[in-house]
Amino acid sequence: MQPILELYNVGYTYHTTAGETVALKDISFFVNPGEFISIVGPSGCGKSTLLNIIAGLLSQSQGELLINGMPRGDYQEPVGYMLQKDHLLEWRTIYRNITLGLEIQKTLTPDARQRIDTMLKTYGLFDFKDAYPRQLSGGMRQRAALIRTLALSPKLLLLDEPFSALDYQTRLHVADDIGNILKQQGITTILVTHDLSEAISMADRVLVLSSRPGMLKAEYAIELSIEPRTPRSSRNAPEFRDYFNAIWKEVDNEQH
Amino acid sequence: MSNTKSVNTKRHRERKSTNSNSSQISAEQAEFLRKQRNDKTLICGIQWLIFIGFLILWEIAAGQEWINSFIFCSPSIIAKCFWEMLQGGTLFQHVGITLLETFVSFSIVILGSILIAILLWWNPKLSKIMEPYLVVLNSLPKSALAPILIVWLGANYQTIVVCAISVAVFGSILNIYTGFITVEPEKIKLIQTLGGNRFDCLRLVVIPGSLENILSIMKVNIGLCLVGVIIGEFLAARAGLGYLIIYGSQVFKMDWVLLAIILLCIIAMLLYAILQAFEKKRRY
Repeated sequence: MQPILELYNVGYTYHTTAGETVALKDISFFVNPGEFISIVGPSGCGKSTLLNIIAGLLSQSQGELLINGMPRGDYQEPVGYMLQKDHLLEWRTIYRNITLGLEIQKTLTPDARQRIDTMLKTYGLFDFKDAYPRQLSGGMRQRAALIRTLALSPKLLLLDEPFSALDYQTRLHVADDIGNILKQQGITTILVTHDLSEAISMADRVLVLSSRPGMLKAEYAIELSIEPRTPRSSRNAPEFRDYFNAIWKEVDNEQH
Repeated sequence: MSNTKSVNTKRHRERKSTNSNSSQISAEQAEFLRKQRNDKTLICGIQWLIFIGFLILWEIAAGQEWINSFIFCSPSIIAKCFWEMLQGGTLFQHVGITLLETFVSFSIVILGSILIAILLWWNPKLSKIMEPYLVVLNSLPKSALAPILIVWLGANYQTIVVCAISVAVFGSILNIYTGFITVEPEKIKLIQTLGGNRFDCLRLVVIPGSLENILSIMKVNIGLCLVGVIIGEFLAARAGLGYLIIYGSQVFKMDWVLLAIILLCIIAMLLYAILQAFEKKRRY
């Protein structure tokens, strides 16, 4: 199987007048189509920088990055990217927020509208499509942001702590919702988070980064003996605790 | 379609429920509301009382010759002057010219400063280069420029409009530009993650996100343009309210001067109210 994403010795260096900082060094890994990868690590380890490079917002200082076997610059299809906050534009209705990406790409076809309507119905937002963002709860706003991202039909989705702005209760619900949605649609996802439970409960594999400069330190394939596996049910799997302790140790060692 | 309807009925129901709530308000709530209403009437009443009392006192003082009505004028003289100028048509001429000059300079200030702010946003290097110049020009008292403008451009409408623009434009550029660069960087990043370029950022986030700020800047600028027009008219006009003030004071026609000032008050109030109504309408 051709991996959707391949990284070979990717590194990144920030330059400021005060000097240069090596944020990432020698990162190599593959992601297969349909996989869900979580990336964890101590704060400031360059997790977000890594996502920005994969998203094409930054270009790596060293190494090579391939999507579908092509260099990043040649891959023209959209890569979905969800940020910490939903960043819904408060002067646009929910519907017009969701069509934002399609407007930019000039692909707001009747076909796309149909797809959006289906998603709105599936994720319980159809009645709110003409509402403004301030009228929605945090969880609903985050779902609207997800639909905005998925409206572009990305093959690859990047999540940068997308639940961290929500309160704990909502966070569990939304993570469960979104995890199931992405599984159903078979979208390859990379989640960056500092919440280890969240990382383990959603992922097929967890990658641990070291503190600055961020290097790939460990990799855990998550295999849980629980059926059906959802982000919520995963937390009750007997192996969950072992993974948690092992990964927690890795991250904790880095912080001290 | 059917769903917008359902949202509407939901809203309708909510409104109904709040209505039914208000019909069953407690005695304390009724008392509170009554007190609020009374306070409002009282404040409004006293405001009018001060205004009318002032006019009456002024009129009596002039009539009883406590003050010299030649210098201090009186409400009845001003009213008579108003009536005469209204019938003669000169009033419309003066007010019209001042308003026209204000609108022309205001439109140029707003359009120009939005355009320049966009240029500065688009090109951060340019904005760094221009910054000290804009800051100096903004803090310069613009009335100091007016005499030079007359020398350069002559005593005509053009000079008055340029004078008004010079009063408002620099602050306007700086404020609009500051609004542009304080748009959340994450929102810009969002547009980039959706595949947008710099023009998309401008069109979809920076400008719509600054509209409220631009409206409040417009409210300040309409007043500043009026100030600029009056300064210009003091020095370079043959008509307009500023001309009426300066000419009236030179020939001791104090009724012209005071009438012009009262009309300016009313114009300033109306222009501000128009923009404020516009601002309220835009709230989402």
